[in-house]
Amino acid sequence: MANFNLQINGKAHEVDVEGDTPLLWVLRDHLGLVGTKYSCGISQCGACTVHLNGEAVTSCMLPVSSIGSDKITTIEGLSEEGNHPVQEAWNEVDVAQCGYCQAGQIMVAASLLKKNPSPSTEEIENAMNRNICRCGTYHRIREAVALASSKLK
Amino acid sequence: MANLTKTNRRDFLKIAAMAGGGLFIGFNLSSCESPKMKVLSTEEILSKALGFNSYLSISPEGHIVIYSPNPELGQNIKTSFPMIVAEELDADWKDVRVVQAFLDTENYERQVTGGSGAMPHSWERLRKAGATARHMLVAAAAARLEVPANSLTTANGVIFHKDSGKKLTYGEVATEASLLTAPEEVPLKDIKDFKIIGTPIKNVDNQSMFTGKPLFGLDFYREGMLHAMIQRPPFGMKLKSVNDVAAKGVKGIVDVVTFKNNVAVVGNSTWPLIQARKLLKIEYEPEGGVESSSDHDRIFKELLDGKEAQVMRNDGDVALAFKNAAQVIKSEYQCPFLSHSPMEPMNFFADVRADKVELVGPTQTPDRARNETAELLGIPPENITVELTRLGGGFGRRLRADFVVEAVELSKMMNAPVKVTWSREDDMTGGAYRPAVRYRFEAALDEQGNMIGYKLRGAGINAGNSTRQDNFPSGSVDNLLIESVEHKSTITTNPWRAPITNFLAYAEQAFLDEVAFAAKKDPVKFRLELLERAKKSPVGEIKYDVDRMIGVIQLAAEKSNWGKNGNLHQGFSVYYSHRSYVAQVADVEMNQGNPVLKKIYAVTDCGIVVNPTGADQQVRGGIVDGMGHAMFSNLTFENGVPKQKNFDSYRLIRMKEVPEIEVHFVQNEIDPTGLGEPALPPTGGAIANAIFKATGKRLRSQPFVEQQEFSEINLELRMT
Repeated sequence: MANFNLQINGKAHEVDVEGDTPLLWVLRDHLGLVGTKYSCGISQCGACTVHLNGEAVTSCMLPVSSIGSDKITTIEGLSEEGNHPVQEAWNEVDVAQCGYCQAGQIMVAASLLKKNPSPSTEEIENAMNRNICRCGTYHRIREAVALASSKLK
Repeated sequence: MANLTKTNRRDFLKIAAMAGGGLFIGFNLSSCESPKMKVLSTEEILSKALGFNSYLSISPEGHIVIYSPNPELGQNIKTSFPMIVAEELDADWKDVRVVQAFLDTENYERQVTGGSGAMPHSWERLRKAGATARHMLVAAAAARLEVPANSLTTANGVIFHKDSGKKLTYGEVATEASLLTAPEEVPLKDIKDFKIIGTPIKNVDNQSMFTGKPLFGLDFYREGMLHAMIQRPPFGMKLKSVNDVAAKGVKGIVDVVTFKNNVAVVGNSTWPLIQARKLLKIEYEPEGGVESSSDHDRIFKELLDGKEAQVMRNDGDVALAFKNAAQVIKSEYQCPFLSHSPMEPMNFFADVRADKVELVGPTQTPDRARNETAELLGIPPENITVELTRLGGGFGRRLRADFVVEAVELSKMMNAPVKVTWSREDDMTGGAYRPAVRYRFEAALDEQGNMIGYKLRGAGINAGNSTRQDNFPSGSVDNLLIESVEHKSTITTNPWRAPITNFLAYAEQAFLDEVAFAAKKDPVKFRLELLERAKKSPVGEIKYDVDRMIGVIQLAAEKSNWGKNGNLHQGFSVYYSHRSYVAQVADVEMNQGNPVLKKIYAVTDCGIVVNPTGADQQVRGGIVDGMGHAMFSNLTFENGVPKQKNFDSYRLIRMKEVPEIEVHFVQNEIDPTGLGEPALPPTGGAIANAIFKATGKRLRSQPFVEQQEFSEINLELRMT
């Protein structure tokens, strides 16, 4: 076991875990940040997506020892009041069915729009194709990303 | 209905107390946005709220708390059920808070998510729950104002007395009203007066879902609980030996224990379990039939060619019809095993104490979870509480209680609260699949292309009856024989969204397309001719409504411009399941010689649409689900072990592969019928039929991408 100092959602957190522990399980089991979801564990579905220095990354295979002072943002820290334009768009479009994958979808969308505030439909699809939604909410996800983009203008 | 309309304060308070201790509360977003109302927590509201019945309580401040008893797995029940109560109550939706009820068999019936049955079952109960409470509120207001009750009207949670101009809010009379006796009978609203039902109401859990609040079973943590993961045996095998020395040496592992051929690693957090499992050395030995997919191919052939089969329906003289036929069409269709693969893998929390048990987690059947626990422990069911979390999908897998009972076993063995988590690999290899089935269809046509004979034999692996013998085309064919035959396997199976019909509909609708083609008839006209026959003089018993089926066919043809767009290759499909009717048309367009799946139209008759935004989701999701699995997914076996273990080898549909979908509903005033499943069954057939129209290739086996024919046609899938 070793101590790691993590910068998560603008706050410093210290955890005592094995260095190979993926960030996902540090967030969920050790810090109580359960918004980041476990689904496949092999970076195939995107449910565990967080931001690392603003970049969308899957956290299920990311060893805590590799993070250092990089800034982590989880769904809980995406906005103060749950009012990030992507979160608002997700509500307006009423995207979710079961909802389990949606935090990961939102994190990918927010990262996309930060880099490219006006993505084309194809660019939205290219970015969102990495995330699986088993309920099949893909049309609404695409619509919500486009709506969030329009809110940024 | 008497049990519903009686107010039972004791029971209500019990539920309220339990719900107050839970985590899983749905907030109506708009109530948080209202600047006039102080935003109270639902716990605060509940501490003062007055019970009217098991679905409803109202606080003196006018907050409306509606309990949703059924498990929510994405079918929108936690939003659409309360809408119905609020409608008859004449509540203002922004005052409504929704609370997920615990399992409570005294106050609720059928706390189950399965069979698309919740809405048909509860429609009238929910309406009465709202209407009786409204009646009591009006009676209390009449007494307060000293006017006749029939001089009062209600709207948006306010009671008006027109003559005097006086008004009272529901909150102002809630205390007196809650003390009144609920009426046995109460008039319900005219459907034309609905204000909430039929309007799009956003999911009550949106804010929690989109900000990462703990909602799902895996999100449940209890101070001091242990985590566990389980290595389960291959199908047909039992445990022979376990060497757990290395696994026990992993930091964070508390113990390794075995029960019922399972080896469980138990620890303080999840990651050490994943690590320790890799170090387990387990030997298994055969206990029953150890099967591989190559065995199933042989088994199907034997079942379809064999003399033995259960006759499910036998109309007329099939042998004679086929003897006299001018033309016989014969085809086989096959579907593989599928994993349910909800995004949230199986999990459950159990805390077994000396005399009581607490269960928390995602289950479609909380009552089954409790009963199996009671049976296992030999204790009365009433000593067990079941708290329902939101379910990260279910698709039928969570109808079982195997994952619940595992947590109970381990909590008892460890003498501590335990959460069992299935890894994705456990979820995919741990059993209870959509059964694999092969169908053999035969049709006899006369000189004029009329279908005078129809035969179907379904051969399934743990599929039970793999046919639906009283569905269309039964009733429309003079001579018809439907048989089912089953192989009992050690590979476990379970209902999978739209059980049986999820593949029967594809096979049947694709085969009927073959028959229409052989008869040189338009596929829509061919079906309508059969249905006209079933309407005029049905052959034997039929269990579908011919007019409703004709209705969706005609509307789908109209909406899709069936047969009127020469550039498109269209495929048709229609199916009745779970009390609802869905017709679909798939459009394939040729792009530089390659077929492109452009669009799917769906017309659904599910009676009254309660929540249009949720209903659209169910149809859309059903189509995406039906298409994705028809196209891509396949679970195969080698010596009792699934070869596909995760999403890298078991392919699920992604955004870019989904075509445009256009959703329509038949407008009528029929009580709501099922919607979580009925849109799935027709999709595979519509797509296969459109592909045939475009390419001349029949896709007779799923997944399509693994068929030889498919590799020859270069089908393009794209969202835009």
